[in-house]
Amino acid sequence: MNGLLHQIASGIASGAIYASVALALVMIYQATHHVNFAQGEMATLSTFVALTLIHAGVPFWGAFVLTILLSFALGVVVERILMRPMMNAPVLSSVGVFIGLLLVINALDGWIFGFTIKSFPSPFHAAHPLLGGYVSPHEIGETGLTVVVLTLVWLFFRYTTLGLAMRAAAYNPVSARLCGVRVNRMLGLGWGLAAAIGAAAGIMVAPVVFLDPNMMSGILLYAFAGALLGGIDSPLGAVIGGFVVGVLENLFGAYVVGTELKLTVALMIIVAVLLARPAGLFGRAVQSRV
Amino acid sequence: MDADRTVSSGRFGLTQALGMGAFLAVMVGFAFIADSYHLFQLTMVVAYAVAVLGLTLLTGYTGQISLGQGAFFAIGSYSTAILMANYDWPYWATLPVAAAVSALVGFLIGFPALRLGGLYLALTTFALAVSVPQILKVNALSDFTGGVQGLTMDKAEAPFGLPLTGDQWIYLFSLGVGCLMFLLAWNLTRGRTGRAMMAVREQAVAAEAMGVGLAALKIRTFAVSAMITGIGGALSAIAVQFVAPDSFNFFLSITLFVGLVVGGVDSIPGALFGGAFIEFIPNIANDISKAAPGAIYGAILIGFMFALPRGVGGGVMAMLRRARRRPLPEVR
Repeated sequence: MNGLLHQIASGIASGAIYASVALALVMIYQATHHVNFAQGEMATLSTFVALTLIHAGVPFWGAFVLTILLSFALGVVVERILMRPMMNAPVLSSVGVFIGLLLVINALDGWIFGFTIKSFPSPFHAAHPLLGGYVSPHEIGETGLTVVVLTLVWLFFRYTTLGLAMRAAAYNPVSARLCGVRVNRMLGLGWGLAAAIGAAAGIMVAPVVFLDPNMMSGILLYAFAGALLGGIDSPLGAVIGGFVVGVLENLFGAYVVGTELKLTVALMIIVAVLLARPAGLFGRAVQSRV
Repeated sequence: MDADRTVSSGRFGLTQALGMGAFLAVMVGFAFIADSYHLFQLTMVVAYAVAVLGLTLLTGYTGQISLGQGAFFAIGSYSTAILMANYDWPYWATLPVAAAVSALVGFLIGFPALRLGGLYLALTTFALAVSVPQILKVNALSDFTGGVQGLTMDKAEAPFGLPLTGDQWIYLFSLGVGCLMFLLAWNLTRGRTGRAMMAVREQAVAAEAMGVGLAALKIRTFAVSAMITGIGGALSAIAVQFVAPDSFNFFLSITLFVGLVVGGVDSIPGALFGGAFIEFIPNIANDISKAAPGAIYGAILIGFMFALPRGVGGGVMAMLRRARRRPLPEVR
């Protein structure tokens, strides 16, 4: 029983990370119908930047905020330079560019920061075990911070004019443009926001999984599974899906398939969702008009 | 893709036949002038070209994106390796099994993913490619797959007392199988099925309205594509005489995808160029730095998407047409 509780708790902690990355994916998918395969690598690059800042003597939270801002800028630049010309290109071209970006960032990470696995400091410490020792201080802090970030994102989209404009631009670009929304600028903002969320997830997961250029590849896969499970066009669904995938991954890893097959759990979830409920738990079934 | 995609005419004139014959003669000739290391490289070119060819049918002709073709390469390789190392099958007899197993897995993965349009296949195959090394390493299967250590096979020998070295024979054997696969793909694309595939790529809704069963066609194409890539994997296993889980990581799938884009997504001869690219570019790039292959692949991929989306194959075709002063027919 204790073991089970422990597995669920750490499942929720890793689920928070998957939820963030899944949200970043869904935000870009909603606006452009592109799946950003480079989302994970962009987050890894941000995490390396954060580690460099910390090693340079910047306090953790200063480095955190600075990295978020830099990642936002990176997202905007990537959208402007690489994705805008691809807006009306066939799906193969955008996938090609995303995969190319993944390779380039991964290689740059290795080239600049090295391929060795690095430890990453955690800002969360506790003098004595919390909640009966089922969870580590980092897991609690990380989950809490992720929930705060996700809530802020929700408040932003729900209650600000800019958030409304961004939703409009994603939902119906033509009508939004006719109403005076600067759709292209909103797309850039969306990319920046997605990159910033990814960066926060990267910094939060790095103390657990350690930092190397391939840190996010498995996490990206779980995020895909979470996004599909929740419904690829539903931000709330993606967040819930991310948490569910985190718990499922840990439970299956501990009791069913063993840790050596954990990545296969993501594949099984994806196949199961596509077979049973392709629109996901919270997504709308796609109907195309001829 | 571009507005100038054409439905291939399927004519096979004397010039083409002569060109093809000359090309084949040169390829066969290599068997007798190249040393064993270069023969091995050429064999790998053929294996990769066959693997890329599978992607050409799927992505180039039918417009469905697979980011996990390396998984089928792995399945083909392991089918051959397991039969040769554990059950002492002769190398040639393993090819049909490798083909069947790859096609079956392709069907099983394609069935859930391809009933739906969009990026679902790309996502599912991405997941497959990332999990394959883990599956191959699993302890429960290690009696079978050799676990982390992998499997080692004996070298194939020339049959019937032919005066050929093993390397020469493996090269010629792969070349023969490769030709068969290219012929199969070419035949498939120039008939009724090929037209249906291209219709699905260009306008899925219109294709459906004309009576193409979308899901069935896409799933079957994916199974054929997986089968061809699996045979490529089997050929590589015979040549390398060794398989191990870590040679079939996600990067292999990406490599095949890059080979496809560079050769030309909808160009069957382009697959051969893609195979050569995959075999030779990393060797050159590795001399520069460990990070260089990824960076070069990525930069090339982005560059091709912007500048030459139809790849080298498509570019050469366009140049030939221009030389003959025959304008490309407008499609859209």
